[in-house]
Amino acid sequence: MSNTARMIIVLTIAAILSGAILSVYNFYTYPKIQAHRQTELEKAIFEVIPDAEEYKKLELGEKVYYVGCTKKEKELGVAFLAEGNGFQGKISILVGMNMDMDTILAIKILEQVETPGLGTKIVDDPSNPEDRKWFTNQFKGLRALPEITYVKNEKPSKPGQIQAITGATISSRSVVEILNNAIKENREIFLKR
Amino acid sequence: MSSFKTSLAHEFTKGLWKENPVLRMLLGLCPTLAVTNSAVNGLSMGLAVIFTLTCSSTLISLIRNIVPKQVRIPTFIIVIATFVTVADRTLAAFFPTISKALGPYVPLIVVNCIILGRQEAFASKNPVHRAIIDALGMSIGFTLTLTILGMFRELLGAGSIFNLPIMPESFDTWLVMILPPGAFLALGLMIGIANWINSKLGIKS
Repeated sequence: MSNTARMIIVLTIAAILSGAILSVYNFYTYPKIQAHRQTELEKAIFEVIPDAEEYKKLELGEKVYYVGCTKKEKELGVAFLAEGNGFQGKISILVGMNMDMDTILAIKILEQVETPGLGTKIVDDPSNPEDRKWFTNQFKGLRALPEITYVKNEKPSKPGQIQAITGATISSRSVVEILNNAIKENREIFLKR
Repeated sequence: MSSFKTSLAHEFTKGLWKENPVLRMLLGLCPTLAVTNSAVNGLSMGLAVIFTLTCSSTLISLIRNIVPKQVRIPTFIIVIATFVTVADRTLAAFFPTISKALGPYVPLIVVNCIILGRQEAFASKNPVHRAIIDALGMSIGFTLTLTILGMFRELLGAGSIFNLPIMPESFDTWLVMILPPGAFLALGLMIGIANWINSKLGIKS
């Protein structure tokens, strides 16, 4: 067999095998990964609408909203996904707001690929053992209108203001920008329903 | 028989010190600098590399006589990328918490030049058992280096090791140590110390 033919055959077989293994493996693991995501999303809905006992899914056009309510069907708040770019990749946040969409109830960051140890402090800050989730906790009860702002190296003084993480200003700013954009966009759709 | 055993032992221990991929060969510096801002992060990256390097070296060594040398690099990359993707999917499907913690590192392993380097320099020229021993030695050497570097940076930068507070409360943390400049400072110091020890031991660099 000529060397050229051998090169083509070996590479083709390697690529086909690799593709086959990965697609079979993906077929097998994808439902499991989706199931984890779904459970996580459900858990997150109850976290961002703290007193909710059940939730209703509401689809408006392309947008999906989760309305959290008590067992007596009293509507407590609405949760939706906010996505945008962080420092080096997508950040996906579940936002819980009151039904008028002017105040945030709580937020939870579902996915992020920020710099480990710096940007990841938006989720978990081991250097602050008393309150490792202090960054996201700042958003609890935060007024979102006209917009959320942030300050560096000082305590927030105005309503709607949060403190950015030292060493992770871009990640902090990204979270604030993603929230501002998503709230503005979703307010228009959701309040018109 | 004894020389056979010593040579195997040599293949293993060379990765730990004499040919340590980070300290002696200066390979894989990108993940080394990027993820060692805490001991846990360094260790996690190391464990992921142990898995990928060992699997890739085994397979490459098995197929070393089939692959024409002109296309060896693309073949190595396909093999490495397949193992990394399988590892990534396995973690995501069965160990979602670990997958979340390791998230951004796992895909980074594909471009870790230690892995490609060992395929090119060793696994493609040696029988399977030697390739496995070499891969284990190299990846454990890499893991130890990253963990020690992570411990050092975390100690000064956050006052803790493996998230356990070590420094007294009055200790003012050096934030710079967990920022990128701290990575260069700490790694530079570590390489300097390693070279100094080697010069005392009379090992040539």
